[in-house]
Amino acid sequence: MDKKEYIEYVEARSKKSPIIQNLIRAFLIGGAICSLGQALLELYRLFIVELKDAQALVSITLIAIAILLTGIGIFDNIARVAGAGTLVPITGFANAIASCAIDTKSEGYVMGVGAKIFSISGPVILFGTFSGVIYGIFYYFITMFWG
Amino acid sequence: MDIVINCLKAFLIGGAFCVVAQLLIDKTKLTPARILVCYVCAGVFLTAIGVYGPIVDFAGCGATVPLTGFGYAIANGVKTAIDEKGALGILTGGITGTAGGITAALCLGLIASLIFKSKPKK
Amino acid sequence: MKKEIITFSRIPKIVSYYSVVGNKEHSGPLGACFDEWCEDDKFGKDSWEKAESEMQRRALAGVIRKANLEDKDLDVILAGDLLNQCVGSTYGLADFNVPYLGLYGACSTCAEGILLSSCLYGGGIVDVCGAVTSSHYCSSERQFRFPLEYGGQRTPTAQWTTTGSGAFIIGSEGKTSVKEALVGRIVNKGVSDINNMGAAMAPAVIDTLTRYFNESQHSPKDFDLIVTGDLGYEGSEIIKDLLLGNGIDIRKNHVDCGLMVFNRDTQDVHAGGSGCGCSAVVMAGSIVPNLEAGILKNVLFIGTGALMSPMTLSQGESIPAVAHLVHLSSDLGG
Repeated sequence: MDKKEYIEYVEARSKKSPIIQNLIRAFLIGGAICSLGQALLELYRLFIVELKDAQALVSITLIAIAILLTGIGIFDNIARVAGAGTLVPITGFANAIASCAIDTKSEGYVMGVGAKIFSISGPVILFGTFSGVIYGIFYYFITMFWG
Repeated sequence: MDIVINCLKAFLIGGAFCVVAQLLIDKTKLTPARILVCYVCAGVFLTAIGVYGPIVDFAGCGATVPLTGFGYAIANGVKTAIDEKGALGILTGGITGTAGGITAALCLGLIASLIFKSKPKK
Repeated sequence: MKKEIITFSRIPKIVSYYSVVGNKEHSGPLGACFDEWCEDDKFGKDSWEKAESEMQRRALAGVIRKANLEDKDLDVILAGDLLNQCVGSTYGLADFNVPYLGLYGACSTCAEGILLSSCLYGGGIVDVCGAVTSSHYCSSERQFRFPLEYGGQRTPTAQWTTTGSGAFIIGSEGKTSVKEALVGRIVNKGVSDINNMGAAMAPAVIDTLTRYFNESQHSPKDFDLIVTGDLGYEGSEIIKDLLLGNGIDIRKNHVDCGLMVFNRDTQDVHAGGSGCGCSAVVMAGSIVPNLEAGILKNVLFIGTGALMSPMTLSQGESIPAVAHLVHLSSDLGG
């Protein structure tokens, strides 16, 4: 059996993730997080006029909740069930940052926490910012030529 | 009543974003980190071509809470900054648009590392 | 044909054995068999790496105590673990003041340690040799996967690193003999999924077992157990299937340490246990005691290791694996 045949053999027989169950869980938990966000948004809108500011505050609240749950060691248990349901909302980003920070404190606060806090979330910030710059360049020149 | 409907819309659309990511995790070789990067970039792109704005108008937090919403905030930040400051906005807008989330996550993450320790796993 | 199976003119015996495990392993099917366990997996230390070292220290101290020996009676210790530069062993065993050789064989380290100890004893080079291995779920998760509190989902083929350390003393007194040994070859069949290590390691086991049975007079039915450590569910099914294709039927007497140490139905470990500590504690907690009691007569123990690093994985390399074999035999009856 050569490499290619072996990999095909392994893939054909390996136990697959329970996709339907995973999808349902991701939908329910991800949806629940977003509607919690919406409820918070409606609440904040009573005090905050600017929609953008209220949205930012919603993100911050969800981030705070996710980081607290990460700290007390519950988030990973929820995520084990939720999969993409906790990964895709901003909670996954917050968990990535907090888990890296907590995990590396034994290596010190500068080169441990400080450097490694970005080890999972860094790519999101880098490529998000970079694609924003590319968009900005297009937007700038298009508005310049089209008035 | 509006609140219930808004929450329901957020639930459906937000849930749908998660379902797509779950499908990518289970069906492709993409690691979660790559999926998150794709989501942010997709958010920027969809906002740029004018698709994501209407989704946000419809679903509210169902579109802003998923990581595509992070891309939406970057793209909107860039747009606003360019409108106000011109070319410099290309560089200043993205982080400005997401400043609240990133700063909160980093500072709270640091505080969490001061308070908490990792737990044994069962 | 070139003779590859190692035999010994001076027969090495397992003098003593000792196992230290974490909480989850203690709650598993073999829980009662282990010598020592720790409720919070920290072993009184403030970092996971120190906890792993402490586990090894306790395992070696325990095995020396159990054999009624003193530290200075050991001529050499062979030890290894999963951490970079084998620091679990070096920091854990520094206080013993015994000549030390570090090993890296990933999950095959336990078999590698017993094999090399037997060679050193069997060749008349040393008289008393220690072999210690450990792995800790928390320290290896940090090194190979994600931070502990990171919220991720495991695939059904993933394995759970065992928190445990097993120690053995090889020497002249004992009721279990090391009859034969066979050093594994590095086999890489192109599997690059870190969440399917069983499939990555299975070809190495097939290679080693096929070489063994080609050269040996024995056939699989001569053994009470053929113990692999640790292929988990996926890898175990693969070797049973593919070896049958090679005319070697091990379906009746094959067991896997990764499947023995945890209960897959209730402990959420997916395909089973893994890590250097897995086969070490199963051998020290269950297999060797049963050999000593004469319940088992002949056992083939095949330690299987996946020899990748996070660096090679992120560079897209597939996972090379090795499988070392030792033939253990009870001196009682048979």
